[in-house]
Amino acid sequence: MRTKTKNLNIFLYLGLIALSLFMLVPFYWMVISSLKLNKDVFSVPMTWWPESMHWENYKIIWKKLPLVTFFLNTAKLTVITTIIQLFTSCFAAYGFTKTRFKGRDLIFLMYVTTIAVPWQVYMVPQFILVSKLGLNDTHLGLILMQAFSAFGVFLIRQFYISIPDELCEAARIDGLNEYGIFAKIVFPLGKPAMATLTIFTFTNVWNDFMGPLIYLKTKELKTIQLGIRMFISQFGADYAWIMAASVCSLIPVIIVFLSCQKFFVEGVAASGIKG
Amino acid sequence: MTSHQMKAIRSNLIGYSFILPNLIGYAIFVFIPVIFSFVLSVMKWDGSRAPMEFVGLKNFAQIFGDRIFVQSFIHTIQYALLTVFPTLVLALLLAVLLNNKLKGIAIFRTALYFPYIASIVAVGAVWNMLFQPDFGPINEFLRFIGISKPPRWVVDVKWAMVAISVVSVWKYMGYYMIVYLAALQGISGSLYEAAGIDGANGFQKLRYITIPMLTPTTFFVLIMLTIQCFKVFDLVYVMTGGGPGNATKTLVNYIYEKAFTSWEFGPASAGALVLFSVVLVVTLIQFAGEKKWSKDLM
Repeated sequence: MRTKTKNLNIFLYLGLIALSLFMLVPFYWMVISSLKLNKDVFSVPMTWWPESMHWENYKIIWKKLPLVTFFLNTAKLTVITTIIQLFTSCFAAYGFTKTRFKGRDLIFLMYVTTIAVPWQVYMVPQFILVSKLGLNDTHLGLILMQAFSAFGVFLIRQFYISIPDELCEAARIDGLNEYGIFAKIVFPLGKPAMATLTIFTFTNVWNDFMGPLIYLKTKELKTIQLGIRMFISQFGADYAWIMAASVCSLIPVIIVFLSCQKFFVEGVAASGIKG
Repeated sequence: MTSHQMKAIRSNLIGYSFILPNLIGYAIFVFIPVIFSFVLSVMKWDGSRAPMEFVGLKNFAQIFGDRIFVQSFIHTIQYALLTVFPTLVLALLLAVLLNNKLKGIAIFRTALYFPYIASIVAVGAVWNMLFQPDFGPINEFLRFIGISKPPRWVVDVKWAMVAISVVSVWKYMGYYMIVYLAALQGISGSLYEAAGIDGANGFQKLRYITIPMLTPTTFFVLIMLTIQCFKVFDLVYVMTGGGPGNATKTLVNYIYEKAFTSWEFGPASAGALVLFSVVLVVTLIQFAGEKKWSKDLM
């Protein structure tokens, strides 16, 4: 019996290793191509290991396009959007779970209903509105249209519901007002939900392509995703450089992913299986 | 004013103060545009200073008479058909595999989940290399196993959408695998023990316990995937630009082009409402399904 399970485990491990490697082949190809000479990227027969590593590709790409600017722009958009979303979502979630006010359930219903409406449905009127406000081709426009999400409110609210009201009640008796209860008790307790929302917002804004594509026209304002796109159109045959830029664009997300991996998986589970 | 009323007003104000920072932004940048998308779909407007003009259902008549729109709609359905079932089946199988208690299982979970967090522009670029018809690794492999004339993938009208679907399945199955894993962890171990005593083998357990117990999750994943497929844009834009010809142009590609390259906001919004209708119908099906299963579980 024991050897049977052992054999099965070895079988499972081999299967999983094969599958994982298979899934990661495109990333391997990306890295390995970024270290080849442009002319050798499509060499026949294909080479799984380059004869010499051309690390200089990683130096060259920064001179070809203003990638530093693109990186800083993306970082700025990502950080500001994430912070605004985090704080306003937590605030609203507290309002919706721990306080009572007129129209509370109706307003919440509005949030829940619009959560189901994809952005692609209202991106046109949103663009018109942002343009009328004079925020087209600005970072502020992109930040504002992404910073307030029903998803954020919903996610944090689900977590705040699980915080017992008795805890807030006890604090009220101790003389803490609502803002104090939020700041001292509920907000600190909400860290796991905030971690989840941070990761989601961070990766979404960092990886966003369509938003910047529609809104950002000035080269100096563009993001890294648009930058790689520019690389593809300007240096279409120079795949080594395109891949080097792609690898660079993945690094921040990889860092966030690996450092918060646990929350990431919990977040998918929490947002996936709801109600 | 009684002190009771004062207290009620005070508590209302406190409540509003918490939700307002989000509500104001949300109302301006999401809620108003959502409402306005309905208005815009029955208007003629190019976004200039010229006033909007009410045209009734003309925009809808125009897009449904537009061959490219109808094609885009059909392509979107094709993409969904090619993508939804493979993603669902693979996600389920991976989840069952990863649900085993093995040392270091988290590493595999991370590896399989990884494509999901990578940006579409980067993965689109590398997959275009892999799919390169003459020198790409995929076709080289296909020739190696004896297929002398492999498909030309993204440059072939017949195969371009298949190529996009392959990338889509690869990218998103890790996400749904996690959704399935969460559901698998909710299935009671005693069911499997009982089945084990009755002499059920691994496959029978999968067939008669796991899959039936996961039906609500499968339904949920099916819905989510369908909606996601109808929203596809980036992957198409990056890999084929809607081509060759219009072979991979989808609904959102159509909306995007109408709105942001030809500045015809009316037809674009009509297209957006068609997208909305599809999502609405699918969402209503989900509500019905959820009701059914929550009743079953009671």
